[in-house]
Amino acid sequence: MSHHYLLPDISQPGKIGCSLPALDVPPAELPPRELLRQELELPEVSEVELVRYFTALSKLNYGVDTGFYPLGSCTMKYNPKWHEDIARLAGFASIHPLQPEESVQGALQLMFELQEYLAEITGMDATSLVPIAGAHGEFAGLLLVRAYHQHRGDRVRKKILLTDSSHGTNPASAVMCGFEIDVVASDSEGNVDMKNLESMMNDEVAALTLTMPTTLGLFDPQILEISRLVHERGGLLGADGANLNAFLGRVKFGELGYDYVQLNLHKSFSTPHGGGGPGSGPVCVKENLSDFLPSPLVTGSNGTYKLMSPAKSIGRVASFYGNFSVMCKAYAYIRSLGAEGLKEASENAVLNANYLKEKLKPYYHLPYDRTCMHEVVFSGRWQKAKGVHTVDIAKRLLDYGLHPPTVYFPLIVDEALMIEPTETESKQTLDAFVEAMKEIAREVEENPEILHTAPHNTPVRRLDDVRAARNPDLRWQMRS
Amino acid sequence: MPSPYLPNTDADRRTMLREVGVGSIEELFQDIPEEVRHAQFKLPRPLSEVELKKELSQLAGRNASLDNYACFLGAGSYRHFIPSTVEHVIGRSEFYTAYTPYQAEVSQGTLQATYEYQSLACQLTGMEVSNAGMYDCSTAAAEAAIMACMITRRGKIAVSSTVNPAHRDVIKTYVQARGFSIETAELNSGISSDSACLVVQHPNFLGYLEEVEACVQKAHDGGALLIAIVDPISLGMLKPPGQYGADIAVADGQALGNPMSFGGPGLGIFACRREYLRQMPGRIVGKTVDVAGKPGYVMTLVTREQYIRRERATSNICTSEALMALAAAVYLAALGKTGLRHVAELCYHKAHYAAERVAKLNGYSLAFSKPFFNEFAVRCPAAPSRISHALFNEGIIGGLDISHMTDNAMLLCVTEMNTKQEIDKLVEILGRF
Repeated sequence: MSHHYLLPDISQPGKIGCSLPALDVPPAELPPRELLRQELELPEVSEVELVRYFTALSKLNYGVDTGFYPLGSCTMKYNPKWHEDIARLAGFASIHPLQPEESVQGALQLMFELQEYLAEITGMDATSLVPIAGAHGEFAGLLLVRAYHQHRGDRVRKKILLTDSSHGTNPASAVMCGFEIDVVASDSEGNVDMKNLESMMNDEVAALTLTMPTTLGLFDPQILEISRLVHERGGLLGADGANLNAFLGRVKFGELGYDYVQLNLHKSFSTPHGGGGPGSGPVCVKENLSDFLPSPLVTGSNGTYKLMSPAKSIGRVASFYGNFSVMCKAYAYIRSLGAEGLKEASENAVLNANYLKEKLKPYYHLPYDRTCMHEVVFSGRWQKAKGVHTVDIAKRLLDYGLHPPTVYFPLIVDEALMIEPTETESKQTLDAFVEAMKEIAREVEENPEILHTAPHNTPVRRLDDVRAARNPDLRWQMRS
Repeated sequence: MPSPYLPNTDADRRTMLREVGVGSIEELFQDIPEEVRHAQFKLPRPLSEVELKKELSQLAGRNASLDNYACFLGAGSYRHFIPSTVEHVIGRSEFYTAYTPYQAEVSQGTLQATYEYQSLACQLTGMEVSNAGMYDCSTAAAEAAIMACMITRRGKIAVSSTVNPAHRDVIKTYVQARGFSIETAELNSGISSDSACLVVQHPNFLGYLEEVEACVQKAHDGGALLIAIVDPISLGMLKPPGQYGADIAVADGQALGNPMSFGGPGLGIFACRREYLRQMPGRIVGKTVDVAGKPGYVMTLVTREQYIRRERATSNICTSEALMALAAAVYLAALGKTGLRHVAELCYHKAHYAAERVAKLNGYSLAFSKPFFNEFAVRCPAAPSRISHALFNEGIIGGLDISHMTDNAMLLCVTEMNTKQEIDKLVEILGRF
């Protein structure tokens, strides 16, 4: 199965992988020679060779369509096939972003309605669909925080508080917006340590960003108290919405006291992840932040839709209006499920996670033994005591034909294994996963070597990361 | 009717609730305060696949699809030929339903394809290293500007006045957020001595080719980096940024096998000199070997990235545009060296044919007498909006109205998709004004 050759290895002069039209106008004089390139070394392959090459590569991949993909915090739910067809309709795919507005009313209507649906789902007042991915939405959200305080004439608030369980993008986005960060501790139950928050929440704090449920897969029951404290002290409360799948159709961020939330349409709203994008990371806000939203928004009245820039917009954050094709798929998802369907989805996601929690807790250490939401975090510390690490467990799962959970995150759990089954998996699939995990726990006792050397049946075995980083080989070279 | 996306039966759910030890699903949500646990949602009633497909086809039908119109609009999003192979490859669900390749052993497809993409991006731009892709051209340019500040330890960004205004706006948002400043650089003036970089677009927003070598000289004389924003299709014939001395090259890879999709997804191509590799934002894939010595690919230099380095990362970027990068790789491989050159030449010759014919019309003239690739600005005898309206009524999407930049000017773009017949019709309608 493994592939030892690359495009240059199958390239031969004179081949081409598609047919192109001939020139049908008289040729013009070429620009001066010094402006032209002398050589362009690209591979030359026929269409059949090209297709076979990439088909062979695709077979080395594991996707949601291949099997169970319980990657915590990533919500790898099934992606309905017909949503792909919707995004490919010529009226959506073959339109130029700068066409006259009257010639793209269908697209603008879809965006307008999606803005409204997402505001409704999150309990917010306005939505910007522009951010391209989750981290981009976080970046936009934090720029709103900055603009909000600056507009109030408050230039002292330079800090963003985040929790010790937060995603890596949270601190990275804060720094990109010129903020300093401070970290609030979690308590022994996995909730925000209120005493710690109380002591840190001063007039230098612009906002607390708090993923809800937290990345431990837990709903913090103190959320209303947290929101009250943050607001009393002049701060804003922002959500990394990566975990929305826990309470879609049941709870609104707005009612929890959040001022803004960034969503991931490629997680909660079932658009495929593409091996690392395209995503879409809309940011939904309360009225206090809506004037600052990135440009442009879609407005609508009397059935006519327009692009506009909010009064005190933070400006543009992307070339155009966001990842429109991803919006088409998320729109289809919301319309095909409706409010009840979204609620059923999150209920099943939470039930599936709790089922796995109960089934696996005799075999793996459960650091927070309480009802979880859409995901559950185990620790591999029992296995570590036997010399087997979480990475070994993850790699061994590959031998069982399963994708491993997220590992070593969140950072506050030793040897973390973060499992998010999603609602689109059946009990049979979960049972098969439980069996594999039990079997692996047994192997830790009886044959740890098989874990240290795993995986055994994959296209390649464990790869040398150190070598890759020490002597970076990042491209092939091709010479004429 | 049961949902096709919820495979558990009621019996399964009952069994599972019993195993969990609760009487109802409701009990699983007990950590959520009672007063916010039962929000009401006003959303349209759910529709079946049959119903919604019909409705959305009608909605799509309200847009003027460029499958039915001749298009002379560019300015950052381009209508180019997409070979069917591209759609078929990226339509393989092993690619499009996979996550970011954290588990390398079962992600060699994505990883090897990314290595191909990085290689092809380097071949195309003439740069030494490329990352796996950014969101779009504008954010790639913005992150390049921030990277230049980090490298030079300076805080001012000089952006040429002929850079796409949307790109300039995004650069401004990003660099100001970070506490850096932005200034406009005119072609004939110098740049401030504390500039981290000079950002130049070539061909520029108005279509004509910049004197890039002079720009590089100007930047380097001032101790600044040169960031080149380029059109990847133009590189089928134009000298690549690596050859004229650019330090960082960015481009939108939408033109390489991706549909316009109303502006997104795009693909931010990001390539630079090897010496700046460790300051680069975004994913990078490297080749290595497995324990048995077999070649394989991994995400590498990850200590630059947010999920390892958190607040000290080179960027916050995580999910990007991997599938668009795959499309670009398939596109470049399908066209190959002769195909890409041919497409670039078709764009060039057709655009020049159009420009020559338009310039001969009464009342029309080219706004700039400089070499161009496939976009050019024409001064019109009437308001461009009026002309565009007439064009639209005859099945043509006209150029971008840039009368706010140059009097009565329209920015026209011609690609290999425009036939001679379409160009002649465009000229004929323009001639009516």
